[in-house]
Amino acid sequence: MDKYQIFATQIRTEALKMVCRAKASHIGGALSMADILSVLYSDILQIDPQNPDACDRDRFILSKGHACTALYATLALKGFFPMEELSTYGQDNSRLMSHTNHKVPGVELSTGSLGHAFPVSCGLAYAARIKQETWKTYCLLSDGELDEGSNWEAFMFAAHHHLHNLTAIIDYNKIQAMGNTNEVICLEPLEDKLNAFGWNVISIDGHNYEIIEAALLQPTTKPKAVIAHTIKGKGVDFMENSLLWHYRNPTEEQLAEALAQLQIQNPKS
Amino acid sequence: MRSAFIQQLLEEAKNNNRIFLLVGDLGYSVVESFAEHFPDRFLNVGVAEQNMASIAAGLAKEGFIPFIYSIGNFPTLRCMEQIRYDICYHELAVKIIAVGGGYAYGSLGASHHTTEELGMLRTIPNMTVCAPADPIEAKELVKLAIQDNSPYYIRLSKNGEPILHSNFEIQNSEFRIKKGYPLLLHSLNSSNSAIFTTGVIAADALKFVAENSRNAAIYTFPFVKPIDRQALLPLFEKYENIITLEEHQASGGFGSAILECMNDLEETGQLRMHPKLKRVAIPDSFTHIAGSQAFLKKMNGLNLPLE
Repeated sequence: MDKYQIFATQIRTEALKMVCRAKASHIGGALSMADILSVLYSDILQIDPQNPDACDRDRFILSKGHACTALYATLALKGFFPMEELSTYGQDNSRLMSHTNHKVPGVELSTGSLGHAFPVSCGLAYAARIKQETWKTYCLLSDGELDEGSNWEAFMFAAHHHLHNLTAIIDYNKIQAMGNTNEVICLEPLEDKLNAFGWNVISIDGHNYEIIEAALLQPTTKPKAVIAHTIKGKGVDFMENSLLWHYRNPTEEQLAEALAQLQIQNPKS
Repeated sequence: MRSAFIQQLLEEAKNNNRIFLLVGDLGYSVVESFAEHFPDRFLNVGVAEQNMASIAAGLAKEGFIPFIYSIGNFPTLRCMEQIRYDICYHELAVKIIAVGGGYAYGSLGASHHTTEELGMLRTIPNMTVCAPADPIEAKELVKLAIQDNSPYYIRLSKNGEPILHSNFEIQNSEFRIKKGYPLLLHSLNSSNSAIFTTGVIAADALKFVAENSRNAAIYTFPFVKPIDRQALLPLFEKYENIITLEEHQASGGFGSAILECMNDLEETGQLRMHPKLKRVAIPDSFTHIAGSQAFLKKMNGLNLPLE
């Protein structure tokens, strides 16, 4: 599991540097999903950075496009594009815009408007089915975006068509743009709801690598929903569970403190 | 017209296994033949147009040519952001088909009056916006949309619309639509007036000219977007008076598109003197009464002027 932790720390480090440099928002949601990305891009996804458009690749779609720093960092660390490009994030003329951009190698779909990517993922999974191809589709959603009705249209569709080649991962960090999810629009009982919609639901600790890996590898005959209970801002104590860090960007001093904390948690990185 | 559409789609799908049809639980007695012939390439996604548009984007991303089909505002306004972002931004070859354009479902009320979508859709980059005047144009647009690897919108009417082009110089066997170009529907040599129309309201223009012995040419515009400016230049030079006629709000629709072309040609010095142009369109209003298509058009001022 060391490799997962090392990779996740690298993702968090690069994401923090990007938002600090660009004075950008959304670091909290990038940090909450870093461990999931680490596992996905280490061992789960069948992808080739040298051939990012290979027909038989697994498709990974980040629906919570505002948290793109973590995905850009992941892709650069995996070799989809040069690490130096991360320093252009959010700058004039950079393809690394502050929501996920499909012009970036390794990015399947531009996202930024919530409630779009998961229905598109259903289309991909359905296409694989009728083309009789074995690749899989993974879609990582935020919790707040489950307020969008289009996602529930997609949950119904995927279950009706038994799209067991489709996995939805919900980064359930419990904080959305204006407050806690249970105060804005309560999602609970989320597990029961998804079960009732006909999905194979697995609730996990979204920061436990072994459990993430096991959930993603678990065979299924239904579409699979992994509800990953996470901590917004995970890894930096003054960002954790704080709505403020949905918006705020760290100062140079705060960045240094954040990176020092990551170093202490994982000296091997 | 919807029968012409499905016949053509069936024909094309026999030779092209990338063609896919999705419906939003509408199309009873229209789409069944496609579903029977190509069950693997037909989906009724349920009453969920946003999902339908995004699923189609996913299918197109994997190489299919998905047609999404529903009534008027549902596959257009209801999922406008999915069209803009999932389909057009990603340049995916999804073809959006709406039945019941304009007031075709007149008595069903404002929910079913499709009178704003041309203007909304034509503002979106990469989108081609079409409104066939008759079943022949509709069939040709289906063929063209399949060949063109980009997003399309085609506004259909209902059923039983007359074939307008058959009586004129364009015969079925040679009939070809060229993207961005108008079609001459009716002409008189000495005419210095013209009516530019889009969609099935072209039939009203023909009737008007015949009944009132008007010396005016009629052009149909299968494409509201794009409109080729160079194709329009000789028409602006030829006619002193032009009327645009559309079953759509005046703001941003077909007449607006023609005005923009005229202005751009004049502004760039290509057009020396522009013709007088009158727009006949819905004057920024909704309808709160029942009525047939003909009645509602009349009530909303879609009448050609006698003078």
